[in-house]
This record gives sequence, structure tokens and C-alpha cells, in this order.
Amino acid sequence: MEPLTTRASRVVNKEMTFGEKIYLPAIFSGMWITLKHFFKKNNTVSYPEEKRPVAPIYRGQHVLKRDDEGRERCTACGLCAVACPAEAITMVAAEREKGEESLYREEKYASTYEINMLRCIFCGLCEEACPKEAIFLTDRLVDAEFGRNEFIYGKEKLVEKTDQRIDVSQRQIWDNH
Amino acid sequence: MSDLDLQNKKVAPFASSETIDGQIATLNLGPTHPATHGIFQNVLQIDGERILSAEQTIGYIHRAFEKLAEHRPYNQITPITDRLNYCSSPINNMGWHMTVEKLIGAEMPKRVDYMRVIVMELARIADHLVCNSVIGVDTGALTGFTYMFQEREKIYDIYEEICGARLTTNVGRIGGFDRDFNKTFITKLRTFLKEFPKNHDEFGSLLERNRIFMDRTIGAGPISAERALNYSFAGPNLRAAGVDYDVRVMKPYSSYEDFDFNIPVGNDGDTYDRFMVRQLEIKESLKIIHQALENLPEGDYHADIPSFYLPPKEEVYSSMEALIYHFKIVMGETPIPKGEVYHSVEGGNGELGYYLVSDGGRNPYRLHFRRPCFIYYQAYPEMIKGSLLSDAILTMSSMNVIAGELDA
Ligand code: SF4
Ligand code: SF4
Repeated sequence: MEPLTTRASRVVNKEMTFGEKIYLPAIFSGMWITLKHFFKKNNTVSYPEEKRPVAPIYRGQHVLKRDDEGRERCTACGLCAVACPAEAITMVAAEREKGEESLYREEKYASTYEINMLRCIFCGLCEEACPKEAIFLTDRLVDAEFGRNEFIYGKEKLVEKTDQRIDVSQRQIWDNH
Repeated sequence: MSDLDLQNKKVAPFASSETIDGQIATLNLGPTHPATHGIFQNVLQIDGERILSAEQTIGYIHRAFEKLAEHRPYNQITPITDRLNYCSSPINNMGWHMTVEKLIGAEMPKRVDYMRVIVMELARIADHLVCNSVIGVDTGALTGFTYMFQEREKIYDIYEEICGARLTTNVGRIGGFDRDFNKTFITKLRTFLKEFPKNHDEFGSLLERNRIFMDRTIGAGPISAERALNYSFAGPNLRAAGVDYDVRVMKPYSSYEDFDFNIPVGNDGDTYDRFMVRQLEIKESLKIIHQALENLPEGDYHADIPSFYLPPKEEVYSSMEALIYHFKIVMGETPIPKGEVYHSVEGGNGELGYYLVSDGGRNPYRLHFRRPCFIYYQAYPEMIKGSLLSDAILTMSSMNVIAGELDA
């Protein structure tokens, strides 16, 4: 066939030289390579004792953030649920009552908020969609469980504890040259 | 074998009419078989070790991606494309982004093009590494596989810096990237570019001119250029048959016309040719990445299309206008024009095409993925007919048929 472009280079050479035909040199050079690898640094990680460093923007288990005063940021706008291609997020909205100002930042909040971790594909679109800095993916991994129901994470697992803040500041740097 | 014989059960119903030594058997290669790379079923008629005929079944992991995509807004289709050829998902993601950009008529800044080229060529290297090291495994050379998968891990580490995931990357957005290359990305990429060629050559020296490997692969599963074209092959498998067709050169996208690289082609389209073509394409990809990285233009990492590309987060938190745009884009209320586009990219193993029909609504009216694996698999029975059973496995791995892409 005529070449379609001027860039083609025929590369395959199937003729063997005498040295290649007797194949013993190839075997020994192969063994030499494997032998050298015995003395190289080990590339495996003994998880879970040892953990691989992950990027600050790793897309793992979600967190629902609180603001500086410890109030929940989520206002149950539902944008994350709309953005989710796996339809993993459900929530119920409620009005903030008098006296709850120290719990919720906005007048409306999510009384239940559930993510089904078996449906979730960790695409990060919910994080991208949230207009209230409320939901972020983190570098934690979702643990294994014994039952399917335990994978439906409610607010008790998702909302960060006031005494165990999760740092997401690295993820929020979008423009770092 | 006549119907009468069948009714009288004189012969087993699967026996073929022609026997060579009377030992014809039916073998189910797959659907779950350790030697097939994915869920494929092949019903083989074998005489001893020789394959008389083959029939393939597809659809074991069909997930109706085209229909699924037709019920999703445009930006939510990117995670679906991750799962086509999952060995090189960034190429699928960006191919989809470019298709939508073509539909809406958006022009990308040069920087976006070059950034995309870097990530796509990394993905191509990862894809070819998987395929070539697995050819090694199927010929019995497991060692090279472990060495090359270490290199693939490094590519995944690089992906992680730009998108936060390793396999199902969902990298970028319609209109560019969601974040710029950071310093760690550049450092990791430079280290990779420095160390990888040496390790790759070491892998090459294990197999490329090793007589055992050559005897095993030369002549296994060949396909002529003419037959390959008739099946509409593309990508490395067509180039191995001697046709220098490469989408990056024939229909340049994402500024591929700026880069200088060769198209390696083979002669007979057998397993050795496919292996060698991929080996050399890895080297060409490295050349492209070097050029793109050295000439990476300054500028924005996204196009200026406010009605499709999400506004910066700081503005969403503070300004009303940005918040409105944000809501509209996330909810899929973007002004998508009516129209019909086809865009193809050179995927990890062939021409990956997107045919998109839009009726102006928030979902595509029709979306078809042209999946190269689907086409290769059609030719598989023809390619393995008359060969040995172990060559059939080798042919499958050297064509790099990925179940996720085959069944979509
Ligand atoms: S997490 Fe964010 S996007 Fe989701 S409901 Fe709460 S405020 Fe809205
Ligand atoms: S990461 Fe993706 S799939 Fe998971 S909850 Fe968020 S949007 Fe849904």
C-alpha cells in the first residue's frame, strides 16, 4: 500500500543474527537483568502498616465541613445531588429553629444527608458543584464493611468532628503556578 | 452432520462435520478465564490444539453507556468515558471534552492544547505498557510485566497530581482543565522522563531480540493490511499491518500538528509487529511530551467560555453573577446548540470516535462511541482460525482488547 504520510518508518526486523539464533546470550542477559533487580529498592508498600503518600487533591471519602465557629456549612441546596452522575447523594432539608444558630450557618440545613459509598464513583463532581465550601473529597479511603447498609454514610460519618478538623486548604488552591 | 443424526443423538450436538483425527471438541474460552483479559467468551472448535473455528460472544459487561449518557448533562458524561478503555482514561475524557467543544465552537488556548497533549501521551504510554507487558506474560515472561507496572504506577502518580485519581481519572472539564499543572506535577513528570527510557529499554532488551519470544510471536495471529482496512482497524493494530494511519497526523486535533514525531509501522500485522509498533510508539510519545513540556505556552489553563466553564470558586462564594452561572452550569442549563458532530482522537488502541447529535436540550439526543476494541474483536475469529490455542490467547492480548471498551 502507498504510504499515507511522509512520517512512516518501518521498524520491524524479523531476521535474526547468528548471535540471536543461538539464544543463549539473550537468556543470560535476561538473567543478569533480573539478578540486578534483586538488589534494587523494593517498590512495594506494606499496607496498612505503611501508607503510600497521596496527592493533596486525592479523591477519597467525603467530608462535610464546618465553618470556623463549628457550624455546619451545608445549606441543603441540593446542587451536589444534581451534579452527581451516580445518584449517590440524598438529603432532607430543614429550617433552622431559634437557638440553633450555633449549629448551622444558614437558615436552611440538611437534617439528613446520606452518601451511598457503593454507588459513589469518586468523580469529585459534588465537590466541584458545592457553592458553600461544604462538601470536599479527602485523601482518606472508605473502609471495608461487612454489610451493604453500612456503606450508606449519614451525617454522623460525613460531618467533621469539631475536635478533629480535616484540612482541605490544599484542595482549594486551584491556580498554583 | 445431518439433523437426523442430531435427533437420534448419534453424535454429540457440538461435533463438527469435518474431523481430522476424530477428536473435535468444543472449548469455552471464557467468559471468566484467567487467560482472557476481561470478560469475553469464545466458543472454539478445536482439533487437538488447533482451532478450527471460533465464535465470539460479547456483552458480558454491557452497561448501556450510550443510553446512560443520553440521560446525563454534558459535563456528567466525562466520568462515563473513564470506563471505556480504562487503561488510558485521560484520552477518553479529553476526546469527549473536545467533541463538546467542537459542538459549541469553543477555541482552546494553546496552553490547554499542550497540557492535554502531555496528559494524553502519558496515557498512551501507560496503555501500551500494559499491552506489551501482558504480551510478555502470555508468552511466559512474567518478569518484564512487574518491571513495567512499576513504571505505570509512576504515570498514575503523575495523574494523581493533576486530577486526584489514578485509574478513573475524570481529568479536566469541558473548556480546559480545572486546575493548572502544579510544581509537584512538573517535578514528577521530569523525573519520569529522565528515568523511564532506561527502564523501558531494559524491558525491551528482555524481549525484543530474544529468540524464544520472537519464535513465539512471529506469525501468531496475523492480519493483512487489506483485511484490517476492511474491518476498519485503526491505531497500533492497523499500523502493525503496514498502514501508516494515525489520527494525530491525518486529522490533527489539540495542536498535534506542532509536534515532530514518526509513525512506526510493521509489515505483516502479526503479534511481533504489534509488540514492536507499540514499543516504538512509546518512544515517539516521549518525544512528543518532551516537545510539549519545553514549549509549554504561558496563559490560561481554560478557555474563556463563561456559559460552559465553571467560574472560579472564590467568585462563586462572593459574587451573585458567578453564583448564577455556577448554578446554571452544574444543573446543565447551558446554551448547547443544535447540531451533529463527529470527533475522533487517537486513543490508546485506535481511533476513538464520538458521534454526538444534539437537539439543543440538556442531554445529548444521541451519542455513539466508536470503540476500536469492538472492531478488533470482530476480526478475532478470522485471525485465530487455524492457529494454536495458545496463539489465540496471545493474539487477544496483543490486540489489547479491553472489555470495558468492547462492551461499553
Ligand atoms: S453539600 Fe454543598 S452542594 Fe450539597 S447541599 Fe450542601 S451546600 Fe448544597
Ligand atoms: S464523588 Fe461523584 S459519585 Fe461520589 S457522591 Fe460526589 S458526585 Fe456523586
